[in-house]
Amino acid sequence: MSARRGAAGLLALLMLLAIAAPFVSPQDPSERFPDLPDAPPTPLRLFTAGGQWCGLCFHPQRLVSRLERRFEIDTTAPVPVHLFSRGRLIADSGDPGTPLLLAGTDASGRDVFARLIFGARASLGVAIIAVLGAVALGLTIGGLAGARGGWVDTWLMRLADAIAVLPAIYVVVTLRAALPLVLPVATVFALITLLLAVVGAPWIARGVRAIVSVERTLGHVEAARALGASSTRILLQHLLPATRGFIMRQAALLLPAFVLAEATLSFVGLGLPDTVPSWGTSLQEAANVSAIAAFPWLLAPAGAVFLVTLLVNVALGEHDADRVL
Amino acid sequence: MPARLLRRLAATLLLVVGVSSAAFLVTHLAPGDVVQTTMGFSASQATIARAQHRIGLDRPLLVQWGAWLAGVARLDLGTSALYQRPVGPLVAERALNTALLATVAFLVALMLGIPPAFITATRPRSLAAHLIRVASLVLLSLPPFVGMTSAEDVTGVALLADVLWHLPLPVAALALPLAATFERLQAQALTEALDQPAILAARARGIPEPTIVRRHAWRLALKPVAAVAGLVFGALLSGSFVVEMVTAWPGLGRLTYDALLHRDLELVAGCAAAGALVLSVGLLLADMAIAWSDPRVRVHVASEVRA
Repeated sequence: MSARRGAAGLLALLMLLAIAAPFVSPQDPSERFPDLPDAPPTPLRLFTAGGQWCGLCFHPQRLVSRLERRFEIDTTAPVPVHLFSRGRLIADSGDPGTPLLLAGTDASGRDVFARLIFGARASLGVAIIAVLGAVALGLTIGGLAGARGGWVDTWLMRLADAIAVLPAIYVVVTLRAALPLVLPVATVFALITLLLAVVGAPWIARGVRAIVSVERTLGHVEAARALGASSTRILLQHLLPATRGFIMRQAALLLPAFVLAEATLSFVGLGLPDTVPSWGTSLQEAANVSAIAAFPWLLAPAGAVFLVTLLVNVALGEHDADRVL
Repeated sequence: MPARLLRRLAATLLLVVGVSSAAFLVTHLAPGDVVQTTMGFSASQATIARAQHRIGLDRPLLVQWGAWLAGVARLDLGTSALYQRPVGPLVAERALNTALLATVAFLVALMLGIPPAFITATRPRSLAAHLIRVASLVLLSLPPFVGMTSAEDVTGVALLADVLWHLPLPVAALALPLAATFERLQAQALTEALDQPAILAARARGIPEPTIVRRHAWRLALKPVAAVAGLVFGALLSGSFVVEMVTAWPGLGRLTYDALLHRDLELVAGCAAAGALVLSVGLLLADMAIAWSDPRVRVHVASEVRA
């Protein structure tokens, strides 16, 4: 039980980090450090390499060979790190020659940590809005099918099944590829969100329909009907509330699936443009590096997708086998 | 039974033709066509128009679709303008690669996922069971991007050695989360099965516990696992798309992607048909597995059971 609480708390913390990205990240996500391409992370330290207490500091690195991506750690002058200064949680001296790189840089010398934190905004943003959309759609379709029954039920559920049985990523990729490749960022954002919501909705609709059609036959609904409640009122007041637990579970399951879907779409070049930091666009850049094993910090976004999924799975507890997508 | 079989075949046919037609039409509505995307900027208007006329892109949409449907009726899927090859063999070749990847991943997942479930179900409080549960939870969350650590280019899948050499990472990326899914499902099903009166009766008859688990409880616990096998095929196809993109595995996913980006109508439709066919076969196999695991289902086939 406590592990589940902890996971949910960590997930909330992650979202807070994403919201507070400009404050948390020591660097700007689009700032390039041309002399530090593919630089490894700089560890924070309390003592200098000489063993002297320095509060909070790090040793900057210098490019030795651009071709081999070889770096040398300069131990002569430790750079002090300040907390809560220059409007950031952790700030270096502000000198572009010696930036604090908590997770290294990518091939164009941008801070991987900054892109990870700012990328969480796009990746989690798309996923959360898409989950809300899928829930809204699923509730409408499933509620209607379950409460009405008859041919409405048959056809709505047939439609939902037809969408649910198709491999979701193929549907999304096909529909996305059918539209112009270059679109304004806001349009792409809305489009991906909408596509994911549509693909996710059938999973919600099926369960809602099943719950509603059982609930409909129960005594308290019968009583409400006898008291003259309208069918809309019955649906909203008496039937849909019964689906709350199911909705929470499905929403939680859809979240990591959508995060992965966004990352995949951006990875193959059909998602957000690479000017927008997201976990998918960062991974796409990582894929251009031929020997990724030599630059493991570039895989941080994949780790982020993994972490979100893991936290959701832990928060959901034992019955975690019915995954979506 | 023959009527059911016929209805099933008709539904499959409808799915395949419907899905591939939808892909054909959607791709046609997209801006640009295969001639424009492959010829590049240097080609003159006249050259482009000639090429469009040669492969019939200047005809109205419905005429093109009709021609394509007529071809499909003769089992001719058309020619890929992008690869300059008939679509049928091209798609078959790539679908085989995907099928190889998916099948091996499926088998590996079964072999890795099912046995540990016996430990977690029969001795839920043991250390081993706890470790397995944690491992499952971690593997369940693994994104298919783990295959990225080998971004080697697989150019030709001709030699057996070559295939074997390149198989492990993509398979691992696909199989590990699936194995975890199987473990969780099988463990839950086994736990529930061990609570049933039939098992109590078996115990009362003095049958040793290992035999009860192996011979009786497992039989009861197979159905839930068989029931998701159909959904697993969809998940495998989706998962293999990512893995193919990440590891440059020359399968159906990459082919679909290339065809889509180049607006190669007939190739897109062919890929969609192959995907739908694979999916239908998967669903059929799942229903057969359910029928095999539960004699009660053999008469009224699984579609009702799954719902």
